[in-house]
Amino acid sequence: MSTLLEVSGVSVTFDGFRAINNLSIQIAEPELRAVIGPNGAGKTTFMDIVTGKTRPDEGRVIFGEKSVSLLGLSESRIAQAGIGRKFQKPTVFEAQTVRENIRLALKDTRGPLDVLIGRKARDSEDRIRAISDEIGLTEALDRMAGSLSHGQKQWLEIGMLLAQDPRLLLVDEPAAGMTPAEREHTTDLLVRAARTRAVVVVEHDMEFVRRLNCKVTVLHEGSVLAEGSLDHVTGNQDVIDVYLGR
Amino acid sequence: MERPFLARNPSVLWFLLGLAMFTIGVTVLSEAAGLGLVSTSFLKTLGKTLCLCLVAIAMDVVWGYCGILSLGHFAFFGIGGYAIGMWLMHARTEGIVLPTLQAAPLPPTPQEITDAIGNQIFGVVGSSEFPALWAFSHSLTLQLLAVVLVPGLLALVFGWLAFRSRVTGVYLSILTQAMTLALSLYFFQNDTGLRGNNGLSGLQNIPGLEHRSQAEVSLWFFWASALALALGYVLFAAVVSGRFGSVIRAIRDNEARVRFLGYHVEHYKLFVFTLTAMVAGIAGALYYPQAGIINPGEIAPIASIYLAVWVAIGGRGRLYGAVIGATLVSLLSSWFTGGSAPDINLGLYVIRWTDWWLVLLGLSFVLVTLFLPKGIGGLFDRLVRKGDAP
Repeated sequence: MSTLLEVSGVSVTFDGFRAINNLSIQIAEPELRAVIGPNGAGKTTFMDIVTGKTRPDEGRVIFGEKSVSLLGLSESRIAQAGIGRKFQKPTVFEAQTVRENIRLALKDTRGPLDVLIGRKARDSEDRIRAISDEIGLTEALDRMAGSLSHGQKQWLEIGMLLAQDPRLLLVDEPAAGMTPAEREHTTDLLVRAARTRAVVVVEHDMEFVRRLNCKVTVLHEGSVLAEGSLDHVTGNQDVIDVYLGR
Repeated sequence: MERPFLARNPSVLWFLLGLAMFTIGVTVLSEAAGLGLVSTSFLKTLGKTLCLCLVAIAMDVVWGYCGILSLGHFAFFGIGGYAIGMWLMHARTEGIVLPTLQAAPLPPTPQEITDAIGNQIFGVVGSSEFPALWAFSHSLTLQLLAVVLVPGLLALVFGWLAFRSRVTGVYLSILTQAMTLALSLYFFQNDTGLRGNNGLSGLQNIPGLEHRSQAEVSLWFFWASALALALGYVLFAAVVSGRFGSVIRAIRDNEARVRFLGYHVEHYKLFVFTLTAMVAGIAGALYYPQAGIINPGEIAPIASIYLAVWVAIGGRGRLYGAVIGATLVSLLSSWFTGGSAPDINLGLYVIRWTDWWLVLLGLSFVLVTLFLPKGIGGLFDRLVRKGDAP
C-alpha cells in the first residue's frame, strides 16, 4: 500500500466562509475510505478540489507516485490522470443508451480528431459487456438511460466510473434514495472496486458506512475531526458532540 | 455492436435517394435540359434553397447536436458569398474593360488595367483603388480557399476566445450575435472596400461562361448545390453519429459531466463550431452566384436568427429536420413576400401578406414550440416508431 492521493494544508474560502480549513487527508492504493460529516462539513468541496472544480486558496494536492500537483490542472486533465467522480445526483446522459453512456466513459483516446476518425478499440464491445455484467445492466444496454430506475442510474454511473478505469474513485452519496436490496448491490460494487484501486465514499448514512467496513474519516467545519475504524470514531467524544448536538 | 455507417443512419440513404430524385426531376422539367416547365428563375430559387438547406444542417449540428445556439452562422454564409463574389466581380469586370483598353492605339500597362478595373468596381463608392481585402481577387483558387478559410479562421478565433472563457448558453448566443452585428456594420462601411451598402452585384454572370445561357448556368449551379448538400449531409451524419456524436450530444446535455469523463469540452465545441462555419461558407459561395447580388443586409443578425427559426421549426437534433425547416420556411417566405400570395380583403382591412408574413412566421414558431417541441421532423420519428412497433 502506497500513498496515492495526498491533500495537505488545504483551505478554501467562499465569500468569507471557510468551507475547508487546513484539511489534510491521505488515501492509499488500494483502499476503501468513507468520509462522513454533518452538512456543511466540506465533504463535497473536498471532492471539488481534488477533481479541479474548485481551486483552493492554499495547500497542496499531490497525486500518484510521480507526485503530480493537481492544482494547476483542468477537470479533463485530472480525469485523464486517473481520477473518476460520481456525483450525488445521478448524472448519466439520459438521451443516450446505456451502451453509449459506458462507451463515452470507456478508457480510450479523448481528442476530437481521434474520436472522429481514429480506429476504434477492438475490445471496446467486450469491455462494455464486462462492465454491464458487473453493474447488472447487460439486459438494458440498448435502453435509453433516461428510462432506467433511480437505482439503475446510480449503478450505470458507477459503471461509467469503472469504465474510466481510474486509480482513484470519488463517490458522493451512492446509496441515497436506494432500496435496501439496491444498497447491498452498491456496497458489493464499491468493495469489489476497492480491491484494485482507491475508492473514497462520501456518505451520510451510518448504516451504509458500517457495511463498507473500512477506515472512516470524519470531517467537521472543513477539517478532519477524527480518523479510524467506524467504532473508533463513533466512540470519539468530539464526534459524538458534533453528531448528536452540543 | 458497431453497425455499418448507413445502418446506423437510415435517414442518410433516404435523404440521398430523395435528393437524387428531386434533382433528376427538376432537371427533366428545366428549360435548359428538358420540358421547360420549371422557369429559370424558379430553378434558381430551388438551387438557392438547397444552399439554405446546407447551412441549416450545419446550424443543426452546432445547435441541435452540440447545444451551441450560434446566431452567427449566416454571417459565415455571407462571408463565403463575398469571397466568391470578389473573384466574380474582378474577373468579369476585367473581361469588360480589357477589350476597350486593347482597342486603344497604345497597349495598356498592367497598372492601367488595374486602375480601369478598380474604377469600374469601386466607382460607386467614389474610389478607384483596390483595397487590401481584394489582394487575391484576381485568383479563383485563392478566393475559393478564402470561401472556406476565412469563415473557418474567424470561427476558430472567436470560438477559442468564447469557449475558453466558458461562455455558454444565452450569453454565448448574445456574443455570436454581437459578432454578426459588428461584421455587418463593418461590411456596410464604404472604407472597408466591399462597396458598402451596394454590395457585390452581377454575380450571376460567370466569367468564361458568357456564351452560355442563364438557363444552363443555373442548372449547373443547381446541380452543384445538390451535390454540396449531399456531401454535407453525409459529412455531418458521420460527425453526429458514432462516438464523436455521442460526445457532442453529451456536451449539449451536461458539459460539466463530460469534463469529468476526461474530454476537453472546449476542443470539441471549437471543432464543431469551426467545421460548421466552413460548410456555411461553402453554402454561401454557391448561393450568391444564383442570387446575383450580395450586400451587407444579408449578414445582418436577423438572417442568423431566421436560420435558428428554420432549424427549430424543422426539428432540432435530426439533420433532415433542418432540411425540412429550411425548405418549407424559405420557400413559403419567398411565396408570401414575393407578391404571389393573394391579399385577403376583409372590407375594412386588407391583409397584405408582404406585411403579415412575419407575423405568420412568428406565430408558427410559437405554435411549433408549444405543440411540436421536436419540430416537424419529430412527426417523422413518430411515424417510424409506429412502423417499428410489433
